[in-house]
Amino acid sequence: MKHVLGAVCGASVLLAVPAMAETTLTIATVNNGDMIRMQGLTSEFTKANPDISVKWVTLEENVLRQRVTTDIATKGGQFDVLTIGTYEVPIWAKKGWLVPLANLGADYDIADLLPKIKDAVSVDGKLYAAPFYGESSMIMYRTDLFEKAGLKMPEKPTWEFVIDAAKKLTDKNGGVYGICLRGKAGWGENMAFLSAMANSYGARWFDEKWEPQFNTPEWKTTLTTYVNLMKDAGPPGASSNGFNENLALFNAGKCGMWIDATVAASFVTNPSQSTVADRVGFALAPNTGLGKNANWLWAWSLAIPAGSKKTEAAEKFIAWATNKDYTKLVASKEGWANVPPGTRTSLYTNPDYLKAAPFAKMTLASIDAADPNKPTVKPVPYVGVQYAAIPEFQGIGTQVGQQFSAALAGSMTVDAALTAAQTATEREMKRAGYIK
Amino acid sequence: MARKSTTQRVVVSTIGAWFFGFLIFFPILWMVLASFKTELEAFAIPPSFLFFHWTTENYATVQERSDYLLHAMNSIIIAGGSTLIALLIAIPAAWSMAFSPTKRTKDILLWMLSTKMMPPVGVLVPIYLIYKSFGLLDSRIGLVFILCLGNLPIVIWMLFTYFKEIPRDILEAARMDGATIGRELVYVLTPMAIPGLASTMLLNLILAWNEAFWTLNLSTSNAAPLTVFIASYSSPEGLFWAKLSAASTLAIAPIIILGWFSQKQLVRGLTFGAVK
Repeated sequence: MKHVLGAVCGASVLLAVPAMAETTLTIATVNNGDMIRMQGLTSEFTKANPDISVKWVTLEENVLRQRVTTDIATKGGQFDVLTIGTYEVPIWAKKGWLVPLANLGADYDIADLLPKIKDAVSVDGKLYAAPFYGESSMIMYRTDLFEKAGLKMPEKPTWEFVIDAAKKLTDKNGGVYGICLRGKAGWGENMAFLSAMANSYGARWFDEKWEPQFNTPEWKTTLTTYVNLMKDAGPPGASSNGFNENLALFNAGKCGMWIDATVAASFVTNPSQSTVADRVGFALAPNTGLGKNANWLWAWSLAIPAGSKKTEAAEKFIAWATNKDYTKLVASKEGWANVPPGTRTSLYTNPDYLKAAPFAKMTLASIDAADPNKPTVKPVPYVGVQYAAIPEFQGIGTQVGQQFSAALAGSMTVDAALTAAQTATEREMKRAGYIK
Repeated sequence: MARKSTTQRVVVSTIGAWFFGFLIFFPILWMVLASFKTELEAFAIPPSFLFFHWTTENYATVQERSDYLLHAMNSIIIAGGSTLIALLIAIPAAWSMAFSPTKRTKDILLWMLSTKMMPPVGVLVPIYLIYKSFGLLDSRIGLVFILCLGNLPIVIWMLFTYFKEIPRDILEAARMDGATIGRELVYVLTPMAIPGLASTMLLNLILAWNEAFWTLNLSTSNAAPLTVFIASYSSPEGLFWAKLSAASTLAIAPIIILGWFSQKQLVRGLTFGAVK
């Protein structure tokens, strides 16, 4: 027995030695399909960079946000690479929490990044995060149900058409609902959708002087339309549905239309996940003719916190994961349909990708249609389509989201929800010093 | 007058007990079942209960993607370590308050409990900064320390109530026989309080095992326990319910097994003093 123990100890010491590398990068990321794929391909990076080893910390989005914010605000230095969204990049860059990415290498080809996405992760012309995958939102609809109802989806549908179609597609006895939309409260949940929808109706979060705008007729029209539409043509219990719940409903064939993130396109067309994979069409998010579509813009991006002492290695990793060659690597291992979308122009001219991803054209058109620097019909003092890039927005957005979710559930009237949203937002903005 | 226990009454109460037992257990059962489904079946509407294609692929994926043993070992060390240290501090504290109370004892006990009333997130940044300065971030010892501190008020309160039940005369008799304070604690008080100690220890172990605020915020990778392991499988964008269920099943397995073998002590501890 002693010999066995000795042998095991000896072997473990021997095994431990070659694992020691010069630099260990700790990378924080979210549990999304594309990130898990990146995690799986880490060995390709370490093979090319034997002096660097990589440790992954994968967390749920909201947990990650809290964890990473604490660390970066205290300069804790626990992470070397962070996965953050377009909401955080401008705020954190201005606070000096992020290292500008200036040494991504000669072959990185920054000009190839989609302009809207590049803008969203840059501050004063400097890139503070490298986009890993980008998304907008669009309509996903059931081609078979549309055909049966004698409807034809226009390429740029109006809200009027979408509302009418949703009512015609609804067959509550048969368990099919015309439209599935987010209802779960949260700044990144129902408010992502509702802010984008409000933009298309000419509404805005704040006017040029940071005064909240929920008392305007545009917001009233937006919320009334949304609540009535969901009452007439939405699934029951919609006020607790988020992305995943709607994805499950759509994949089970319960939704005629679904307006949500463009990344969902690869899930709903994947036969191993979806029962309607071969019957899905795509269209731009609806508009009202005012010049803005109800679609958002988001990019999960990789950034280096100012507290990291391994910026050189971290930048090497970021350049590897967001370069053109990375998409080729993913394509060779997992197929073109699985490459991270929405960051590079070259991907959308690649015939292999366009063949494998029927949703590619519409994803690109949706990303192009969103403008975080000019998100609304009337001018606004903030950056961001489905959010306002100020630190206070997370709290305010979630509070407002709770009121709107209550209006959808029927426990509050639309007017009461708007008044409550206005009061809460005014209070928070006063407290934060934006208005007097 | 004792109530008659008729067969009918026994049958009804047995069925009732089983029904409520099943109702409470159902979410755990559902999670275990979902962990053996494919992702497509895991969110199928209507859901399939037992007749689905059973698979262990989720467990294989979880094993492949994360180091379960490292996380489980961290959980055992952190929960076990914090419980042991908490007991070492709490036994003398509860003993002194139960057997030599002063006029401030009640206030001290209440003050200790009041520390549990503050939401932990309120002190996250100061604690994070302190941990950063002492190099305790992402260390097991740091987590042992914070969980021990967090649970100490409950441990002292529980032990205090158990010790109160023990007649002082026995301790006085030991003292008359010349026992020192240390001997009195180890040879007289502790053996008599073993059921109370066991249930306090178990409850504290479960609380520390399930603690998901400090463990998530103060650990990164080296000291990350099973709470971090579960959090890495939850996703707002993408359906990974089967994998999440598999990860959760693996995470609760050790503590469920421990609970199963010690349920007698646990129930006794939780109902101790409930009927007087």
